[in-house]
Amino acid sequence: MDLSFTKEEQAFRDEVRRFLRDNLPREIAAKVSAGKELEKDEILHWQEILNRKGWLATTWPAEHGGPGWTAVERHIFAEESARASAPRMPPFGLNMLGPVLIKFGSDDQKARILPRILDGSDWWCQGYSEPGAGSDLASLKTRAVRDGDHYVVNGQKTWTTLGQHANKIFCLVRTATEGKPQEGISFLLVDLDTPGVEMRPIRLIDGGHEVNEVFFTDARVPVENLVGKENQGWTIAKYLLTHERTNIAGVGFSARDLERYHQLAQELSRDGQPVADHPVYALRAAEIEADLEAMSITNLRMLAQARDGAAGGVESSLLKLKGTQIRQEIQDLYRSALGAQAAPDAEDLSENELTVPVDAARAAPVYFNNRKLSIFGGSNEIQRNIVAKELFRG
Amino acid sequence: MEFNLSEDHQMLADSLRRYLADNYDIETRNAAAFEAPYHSAETWSGLAELGVIGAFLPEDQGGFGGTAEDVSVIFEELGRALCAEPVLGALIGLRLLADAGRDELAAAVIEGRARVALAIQEPGIGCDLDPLSATARKDGDGWRLDGRKSAIYGGPGADHLLIVARIGAGGGQGGSQDGTLGLFLAETPALIDAAMVDGGGIADLAMEDLAAECLSEDAGAAIEDALDLGRIALCAEAVGAMARLIDMTVDYLKQRNQFGRPLASFQALQHRVVDMLVELEQARSITIRAVADYGSDNQARAVSMAKNLIGRAARHIAEEAIQLHGGIGMTWEYPGSHYAKRLVMIDHQLGDKNDHALRLIKLQPRKDAA
Repeated sequence: MDLSFTKEEQAFRDEVRRFLRDNLPREIAAKVSAGKELEKDEILHWQEILNRKGWLATTWPAEHGGPGWTAVERHIFAEESARASAPRMPPFGLNMLGPVLIKFGSDDQKARILPRILDGSDWWCQGYSEPGAGSDLASLKTRAVRDGDHYVVNGQKTWTTLGQHANKIFCLVRTATEGKPQEGISFLLVDLDTPGVEMRPIRLIDGGHEVNEVFFTDARVPVENLVGKENQGWTIAKYLLTHERTNIAGVGFSARDLERYHQLAQELSRDGQPVADHPVYALRAAEIEADLEAMSITNLRMLAQARDGAAGGVESSLLKLKGTQIRQEIQDLYRSALGAQAAPDAEDLSENELTVPVDAARAAPVYFNNRKLSIFGGSNEIQRNIVAKELFRG
Repeated sequence: MEFNLSEDHQMLADSLRRYLADNYDIETRNAAAFEAPYHSAETWSGLAELGVIGAFLPEDQGGFGGTAEDVSVIFEELGRALCAEPVLGALIGLRLLADAGRDELAAAVIEGRARVALAIQEPGIGCDLDPLSATARKDGDGWRLDGRKSAIYGGPGADHLLIVARIGAGGGQGGSQDGTLGLFLAETPALIDAAMVDGGGIADLAMEDLAAECLSEDAGAAIEDALDLGRIALCAEAVGAMARLIDMTVDYLKQRNQFGRPLASFQALQHRVVDMLVELEQARSITIRAVADYGSDNQARAVSMAKNLIGRAARHIAEEAIQLHGGIGMTWEYPGSHYAKRLVMIDHQLGDKNDHALRLIKLQPRKDAA
């Protein structure tokens, strides 16, 4: 048993740290750290810096412009990026569509689309969920009917994250209604400026605009935008879901957030003493820290299994389950630490009117926003189903 | 980064698992664990022959192991088999004997010819040793001890007793923190014996002018180190017992039919088992951290994190296992109930989850986790 990283891996970590220190714009990191929404330009700016370094498409093989990293190197990069409060790159083009095209796309699609993901020409969003198809994705109803060289698409997608920045959407659409629901689904790429496609914002619990709904009314999509074969969409979707998801446990985010909590707990006082010295807060923080320390080892154990080709498939579900629970616990602790000062909406106040550190002013909205962690990406109940299926097999 | 056991450790684990599977079923265990002297001489010599006891010391101290990983590999197997033999006392006692240079007695313990138990704990002590109040004073060439000791694991039937008492506590109230912690050896004093609720022997000791030999006049640091290793042992034992209990629960849910279908088909039950599994993985991970950090600057922190997390996880898994088994989980006859008892009661040994949370809080400032 050996918990240490190899010399090469440690050197890589140092290189990543140096790169982040020298290249991550301070004002962007400050916004990320304070839980503020980033402008599209800010995200694209960081994307451009990463792309210039060749560190953008971390899961792509080198021949398509990825850095050719090992699973361990990807883990180190994700962990360091989170600790440095680097923006999380939207995964839709880089970690979802990219790998799908590399595996299932035609040569023409790869040549046409992959470079535009890297250089930021295209911003992709995801058209999976529908009002009637969330966890039960196979029940999706958006129809695509072949008409000559086009598919005619009708239906509605929802929870389209950052769709307001996107010019393209990849969709799961129904191309057949016979047989099992999974067998009649296709994977289709759609330009958002196609006539008949309309995007509307959904306002979330924290008041922010993060997700959207997309309506398709007789939208005509060229057949060359089909990825893989017709009715092969479910296979592609499953590939995407089981495709290795780096940092699904979010250990780096949790470590950063707990760090922020400890700073805040020193600065704030409660009943005449720092919150850090409040016995109940101290107890809770100590137990969360133990949970997070264990999580980081669990993460490394499963990373080592993936590296050795021994991962059984339930690992990412276990990581997602506990990792999101811990992240949400920390968000709750952080919000609680503010006491009565968590209530004023920071949007209504200027920085010098705040009674709490600027970074902490949005603690409550951030907490509410992060309730999403246990819902998206396959809700935690779905993750339990996945593990249970393996556990109770046979 | 490597999490698989080395070949040697795998062999050690396999041979111990086989030995216990062949010689130590639950009936054998329960027959020994609840009747004086609360352990089986036969099992004890079997374990000694296998080299289990010797694995607790490094070669230069007469053993054939001695790392925290040796300890955790062994205790995980002991936990899996719910072994109630007095191994914990032997582990901590051996470390202290070796530290004090008592090689002959250590050798006798390793070979199973002598058994040593340890009287550190006093009523009302968590994991902070400062309030220990039993005293030692010089009397001619020897020493005399006074005070009350409790939680002497494996005390019943032990041949030798290691006792911790305060030297030079300058006339203050009981519990004064001055002076040093001395380590003493006494031959089989009269103990107040009892079975532990979860099986195995435990004893108290009332000392009044008890004659003892001094092994070390300042053993505080050695005692802390030995106790931390004992805590790692308990964590590993809990991991083994949790893994086994979860397996038993899964099997039971598959076999038991109600409403015309196996309990395993009910989602409400499935999800609870998955949460138990998540806690097991966390418990395993934090034990790995404690093993890796034993002997480092981060030892106290990592060990207390482990003992705290496992105190919480073990209770969760024990209670859920009983609940998921329904009535059968409440019976003495069903082995799972004894695993559940052990998992809950482990938290009462060498400082519970709250004691270790307090130790963590006192260890401020925090060390960078990276």
